[in-house]
Amino acid sequence: MTGLLEVRDLHVRFDLPGGGELAAVQGVGFDLAPGERFGLVGESGCGKTTTILALMGLLPPTASVSGEVLVGGENILAGGEDAIRQHRWVDVAMVFQGAMNALNPVQRVGAQIVEPMELHGVAEGAAARARAGELLEMVGIPAASADRYPHEFSGGMRQRAAIAMALACGPKVLLADEPTTALDVMVQAQILELLVGLTDDLGLSLVLVTHDLPVVAQVCGRAAVMYAGEIIESGTMEELFHSPRHPYTRMLFAATPDLLGEGHVVSIPGAPPRLDREIVGCPFRPRCDRAFERCEHDHPALLEVGAGHRAACHLNEVPAGATP
Amino acid sequence: MSEVAARPQGAPETGASAGHPLLAVRNLVTRYPIRRGFTATLARRPRQAVHAVDGVSFSLDRGEMLALVGESGCGKTTTAQTVLRLVDATSGAIAFEGRDISALSHRELRPLRRRMQLIYQDPYESLDPRFRVRQTVEEPLLIHGVGGSREKRRQLVRDALGRAELTPPELYENRYPHELSGGQRQRVAIAASLALQPELLVADEPVSMLDVSVRAGILSLLDGLRRDGGMAVLMITHDLSTAAHFADRIAVMYLGRIVEEGAARDVVRNPLHPYTKALLSVVPKRDPRDRTTPQILQGETPNPTKIPRGCRFHPRCPVAEDRCRDIDPELHPPADARNADHQAACILV
Repeated sequence: MTGLLEVRDLHVRFDLPGGGELAAVQGVGFDLAPGERFGLVGESGCGKTTTILALMGLLPPTASVSGEVLVGGENILAGGEDAIRQHRWVDVAMVFQGAMNALNPVQRVGAQIVEPMELHGVAEGAAARARAGELLEMVGIPAASADRYPHEFSGGMRQRAAIAMALACGPKVLLADEPTTALDVMVQAQILELLVGLTDDLGLSLVLVTHDLPVVAQVCGRAAVMYAGEIIESGTMEELFHSPRHPYTRMLFAATPDLLGEGHVVSIPGAPPRLDREIVGCPFRPRCDRAFERCEHDHPALLEVGAGHRAACHLNEVPAGATP
Repeated sequence: MSEVAARPQGAPETGASAGHPLLAVRNLVTRYPIRRGFTATLARRPRQAVHAVDGVSFSLDRGEMLALVGESGCGKTTTAQTVLRLVDATSGAIAFEGRDISALSHRELRPLRRRMQLIYQDPYESLDPRFRVRQTVEEPLLIHGVGGSREKRRQLVRDALGRAELTPPELYENRYPHELSGGQRQRVAIAASLALQPELLVADEPVSMLDVSVRAGILSLLDGLRRDGGMAVLMITHDLSTAAHFADRIAVMYLGRIVEEGAARDVVRNPLHPYTKALLSVVPKRDPRDRTTPQILQGETPNPTKIPRGCRFHPRCPVAEDRCRDIDPELHPPADARNADHQAACILV
């Protein structure tokens, strides 16, 4: 399958100050079609942010990255920083977590959108300023507001401005890290409506990184669930919610309260494993309600369980009707 | 949660307060004056104030959980702080067991403080990193002179840790916050407020900083405390799904006022106020098949220094009529109501 963006066997390791390594991302792979909305879901520390920072080539020097990130068929990790720089913001752009609070407070919003365009030679001077105005209109801010400072904007407007800035160089893929987490539910709905509109109207592809399953369920067609640095299940949102094939996916949905849901909301006991030590067997085993003997020593691989539906759980290899 | 709290010595018998809810708030108003700039003072421009809480009334019984729900800036946190007398009310009454505490001096408040405790949002900030768990939980006992001997205090600390489901307590009491997960930290914070065996627990966004997989555990803990321990819980949250699952009643706030109040189930399934309806419509559902058309209100909550006249919601209301510009509606049950407990502040209801 060839997609717009393909990630193959991505690994990220961090050198720890006291010696030792932390395996933050272990063999992550997914692909993205033009105009698709894809969710990367997981709890804090699961490696979802590290994954997309690796796609942007924005990890600190203590990180070592291996694997392939293919943009239009070309591996952008192969040529080091020089190769990545040609694609960053131009092909793949990112809205950082808390981006609305990261705008430069002493620079006008319009100028902050013009800057990446000039840096990447996309547009200059009056043309860049005109395009900044168009981008602001596109995200729902009057073009005249380009002369304003970030403190004159509300939180929702600052987030819109951050999205406009990410779109400045006309990327094909937008990576959004928890774009609505700090926002109120009504403003969240406005921003999600904007992101959905951008993918529908511009053919932009979106990777939505969040811990919030209902947000992904409403916005994305497909998603991958991450745990302890790995994708443990991926498929359509329908499959993940209605027929999950990994206990963590099922338990994560069961831990998420639903507005009109009737059942009990149940937390998952325990905590994720430390990633600076070798994990033997299934990383979810200590918290799993269906673990059996094989899970203790055998690391489950991410296997196809249906067309386009994958899960990393030994239960899927137990014949139907048999008890493990 | 098998241990049922022993009533602390000196706490009044429940019989003494029969007939009164534990907490009854009437027409509470809290304003924060805005400092005028030099030129504004010279020009004698009128002083402005943030009307954070602008006429809030509710009551809370023992064993009950009320969720105060709304967007940021709606006044839910200020309401809680005013009720706890951490912020002074501009006007209105706060009756604790029938006694108005809104004008008590700090000295008079002191014995009441231990009966009402607050749990903060962020357990990464609220715990002193240099304190062992034992010290954090013991501190309120020392401040209020409760517990007597060191041995007795140690037992109270262990009891509190046990009630917060940090079991066995011996495993946790000597740890530092950095050795604990987020969920465990929040349990330590809860244990510290339980040490004094309060009757009212105010929880301000108790799980919003925690991972999804541990949230339900903390909320179930609070749920158990009021069911088994008879505590009253006032939960401040922006998350309607959480409120719907764990609270008995929901009060929806908008610009300093409660615009709808009722049993959690009724509010969520049969919302009356147009603001509640819009708010519920934009809550994302877990089931991808459950995609409803959100009714997105444009703009953001107006500035609480300039509350619109008439109905405060009318500038954003999709069904506002001309008279909504003039009439400031009170909470009332609908005309055809089967129960008077479900109320909304809208003239169209």
